[in-house]
Amino acid sequence: MTIARLFIANRGEIAVRIVRTCRELGIESVVGVSTVDRDSLAAELADRAVVLGPAHASESYLRVDTNVAAALGTGCDAIHPGYGFLAESPALASAATAAGLRFVGPPAQVIATAGDKLKARALAQDAGLPVVPGREIVTLAQAEAFAGEHGYPVLLKAAAGGGGRGIKLAGDLEQLRLGHALARAEAGAAFGDERLYIERLIATARHIEVQIAADDHGAVIEFGERDCSTQRRYQKLVEEAPAPALAPGLRTELLAAGVTFARAIGYRNLGTVEFVVDVAAGSFHFLECNCRIQVEHPVTEAVYGLDLVALQLAIADGEPLAFAQADVAAHGHALECRLVAEDPARDFAPSPGRVTRFAAPTLPGLRVDTHCRDGTLIPPFYDSLMAKLIAHAPDRDGALATMGQALALLEVEGVATNRELLARIIAHPRFVAGDVSTTWLAEALR
Amino acid sequence: MALSDEDVREILRIIDSSQLEELTIETPAFLLHVIKGATTSSPGGAPLEALPAPTPTPPPVAGTLEIVAPMLGTFYRTESPSHPPFVDVGDDVLSDTVVCLIEVMKLMNHIQAGVAGTIVEVLAQSGELVEFGQPLFRVAPDGA
Repeated sequence: MTIARLFIANRGEIAVRIVRTCRELGIESVVGVSTVDRDSLAAELADRAVVLGPAHASESYLRVDTNVAAALGTGCDAIHPGYGFLAESPALASAATAAGLRFVGPPAQVIATAGDKLKARALAQDAGLPVVPGREIVTLAQAEAFAGEHGYPVLLKAAAGGGGRGIKLAGDLEQLRLGHALARAEAGAAFGDERLYIERLIATARHIEVQIAADDHGAVIEFGERDCSTQRRYQKLVEEAPAPALAPGLRTELLAAGVTFARAIGYRNLGTVEFVVDVAAGSFHFLECNCRIQVEHPVTEAVYGLDLVALQLAIADGEPLAFAQADVAAHGHALECRLVAEDPARDFAPSPGRVTRFAAPTLPGLRVDTHCRDGTLIPPFYDSLMAKLIAHAPDRDGALATMGQALALLEVEGVATNRELLARIIAHPRFVAGDVSTTWLAEALR
Repeated sequence: MALSDEDVREILRIIDSSQLEELTIETPAFLLHVIKGATTSSPGGAPLEALPAPTPTPPPVAGTLEIVAPMLGTFYRTESPSHPPFVDVGDDVLSDTVVCLIEVMKLMNHIQAGVAGTIVEVLAQSGELVEFGQPLFRVAPDGA
């Protein structure tokens, strides 16, 4: 390893997670913090913390120039962006590289292509991957023709837009007429571009993603899949590996598709290829490619016995992958629960504040990734993730039992959390049966 | 036959002035392999300079104010190495007096005092990284 000092351009549990691997590898770590994170656990554990700017992320964690200047000014030779913030910013990747730093992630060009949903989709299609049926349209007649071909329900959105805003769902022709008129007017007003994108909605879908790793020498391997179907408002709450009740043939196809996409886009480093799996039809479609370490990476680490951050650093260092596909195998089952500071009594509104007490139990097969301890401040400026509980056991029932125990024994005071919800999810007969789709939780909560 | 240090330097000079990109000389006594323009790296990378420690926060001094860094970057007391410092101890400053530069990725930011008074202490080292909010100068404000 030639990386001797790593700059961590992130905060919270992932910054702590990265520092831990640095310590194991004998790499020095410097974490960039905002003024409110000066006393954070990551700042304490790292060899050095530097204050990037004020609390608002736009003036600290999201500033490319400041992060690169901080990395250079502290003599770092590489920069790890974590997830969120600048993790998928082609600007950071290119600025870091231009400044002579190793960027722990794919090249800027790959990030840019993967971040452009239409380009990524076209690339997947060219590589022979199934994509969710969809195309650009303008007129109502075109929308009707699409629905006639692929059936209802369909989603309509501005082709120029992004971020899930203004998406119209149409379950029949009447809704399509209404939705089309609205979407077209909104697209014109918001983007000066009336082009719409129409897409078939896959109603009972599971969200399954493939963990891939690619080195600078042309090797690409996968580390299995993760099922992230348990979501609320597109926020993942519980993830697991391997995906339960997935037909072996379908799993093999999914994993191969993940590798195919990684090769097609010229992927480097650690990445995730996401798919929607149509349970009823037994088919799957490419969704997107995430150019970062995922929040839920520990479930993969648990079943493969790997340190994925160490793998990221080795790849960024130019090392070839130390194993071939045939050398890697999953063992047992792992579940992850995301503990967030959200108040169930106020429709899961963020509940920032001071954590007066935080104590996670020590159980065999339980790992807790957190930045919380007694007295930790959950600032209102960032995401509400407090801790990830990861349970690993020889089988899924064992992992569920460990997780149930962990959630029951966890002590959190001072801020409202979703702990009860997590406990109810993992005890729910549908979840226990491995029979959930991305809409299940919202329906079950109603 | 062995090569002296001077012999090696002479060979390097010859190669430098030649069109050769790479040269290998092998005799029973030695092997010399030279690549032009390549940088050698020792295993484990270049020796690491000690991680600069954060500047300790100076205790407040009664009757004085601090000018703090409004951004993270490299602190410079002069416009360029040949220029005198923008300000020094004993200098009077106005609110809009430029007291230093902070460089962020080649962009030079002129930092103003933000307070009128007399510089009584310089708290940061020129050429070093300063963090957001780090005290740079101590000022005895006018009328204090």
